[in-house]
Amino acid sequence: MRRETILNAVLYLAMPVAAALAFAMDEPFLITLITRAAIFALAAVGLNLALGLGGLVSLGHAAFFGIGGYAMGILAHHAQTYSPMIDSWIVIEGTKSMPVIWLVAIVTSALTALAIGALSLRTSGVYFIMITLAFGQMFYYFAISWPAYGGEDGLSIYVRNSFPGLNTLDPMQFFVLVFVILSAVLWWMGRLARAPFGLALSAARQNAERVETVGLGPFRLRLVAFVISGAVTGLAGALFADLNRFVSPTMFSWQMSGEFIVFIVLGGVGRLFGPVAGAMLFVLLEYLLSPLSEFWLIYVGAILLVVVLFARGGLIGSLAGREVAHD
Amino acid sequence: MTEPLLHIDGLYKAFGALQATDGVTLTLLPGEIHALIGPNGAGKSTLIKQIAGGVTPDAGRVWFKGQDVTALSTQARAQAGLGRTFQISSLAMEATVLQNAVLGALGRAGSVWRFLRPVMRDAALVAQAQAALERVGLADHAATRTAELSHGQRRLLEVAVALTLKPHAFVMDEPMAGLGASGSKRMTTFLDGLRREAPILLVEHDMDAVFALADRISVLVYGKIIATGTADEIRADPLVRTAYLGEEDVA
Repeated sequence: MRRETILNAVLYLAMPVAAALAFAMDEPFLITLITRAAIFALAAVGLNLALGLGGLVSLGHAAFFGIGGYAMGILAHHAQTYSPMIDSWIVIEGTKSMPVIWLVAIVTSALTALAIGALSLRTSGVYFIMITLAFGQMFYYFAISWPAYGGEDGLSIYVRNSFPGLNTLDPMQFFVLVFVILSAVLWWMGRLARAPFGLALSAARQNAERVETVGLGPFRLRLVAFVISGAVTGLAGALFADLNRFVSPTMFSWQMSGEFIVFIVLGGVGRLFGPVAGAMLFVLLEYLLSPLSEFWLIYVGAILLVVVLFARGGLIGSLAGREVAHD
Repeated sequence: MTEPLLHIDGLYKAFGALQATDGVTLTLLPGEIHALIGPNGAGKSTLIKQIAGGVTPDAGRVWFKGQDVTALSTQARAQAGLGRTFQISSLAMEATVLQNAVLGALGRAGSVWRFLRPVMRDAALVAQAQAALERVGLADHAATRTAELSHGQRRLLEVAVALTLKPHAFVMDEPMAGLGASGSKRMTTFLDGLRREAPILLVEHDMDAVFALADRISVLVYGKIIATGTADEIRADPLVRTAYLGEEDVA
């Protein structure tokens, strides 16, 4: 078996094992912390499709994360205040049902990614980074100045949304739910990278001219990748909001987008489990270092610097060696 | 006369004051190898890009299989059946040799919007790719990372990828470059047979290969075609002798 496969299995199992230990020790806070890592991992797994496989350095993925968050916040807000969301010739009620919220989060963030991608993918390199950043900030300032849903203060949701057959307020049950979603998405992303679409997308990253010369369109490949990527990050946003039972404009902030990139770079760009490793490491560092110093991010910065300078393949790259070509 | 497969009609292209393409007209007939030669800076690469896509001419038309493709993208021209190889290898370097060839087969099949089944387990695509690799003699390197290939092997892979497209015409930009003497000879033999499948517009610096292969040769100097004819006619042409071959070199 390849070393990366073993490493992936270890990383994958680390989360449920740690959660089970925390459960046995009766430490619900730790379970919530692990859930947080899993949700961050999911958001970054989404970004990794665009960034790692597609080579599209998006500094605006917080837009999708925030849209997912606000999809949850707005729907749940209307449900908890018993006020219909739209009340004109058509009446749309809020909802506390997670599956419905997820669907709305996925669809709205996918549509937004379609619009943002269609405009920003006409550029490349630094311009692409700047345009995605600008779109992200647009959403951030919009959320701040939109009073209907809390503006700067955000929205509190009193009770976690419901999933049929589960008590979602129980940290362990909510973790299992998140973990199952993360697993399903990881499984799909693993398949996607090897599917015809994945080969073409990765070839478009390496050499767009090559892809055009065999009659395929790099723009459309990238746009589809960007939409899937945004939808996954949007779903993570809905889960994140549900974890905190709180949504605020910071979910849209460019620091959030930056953190997703940090997860990927820490873990390993383009590696299936890179974002998982990065998010776990980040949350772990946050947990261990933040009590020591208010400026704990300085240490994270130093670690990131070391990774970028000396371990180009990130955590996975330095532990599992250079990537071998698939199959 | 048979209908030309590729008809370049009065192309002009200027970059600022530089007239890179200055009224070029040429045809590619079924079954032929038409070589395009010229000194460095004659505008060969610019001309190739106007034919295969990438550079839009200021004036003039490119007809392919009776269809005006002047306004079409590289991608659309490839779909129409124009197979192209590059002067500087243009491949997915991190992918394996086989994956590059499969990408070609995938492009031809047009079945890229599939998101679940592994492409390298698609027996039909892999078989086409492997067949193409075998034809150029790269079958033993199928699992090699493309970046690890020698310069000459990359040229072969370029040709193999073009083969997977089963094109109606080839546009090849210096396929012999970097092949070495024996490799160049093998490629010459290969292209000689390939013309029966689809005609080749061949840009090449290797004069032995050009004179051995070409049914017709066009000489491009300063963006203008100064002569078109058989190998013997070109050898004898006084304009070509002064402009390109260098008088003292011609016996």
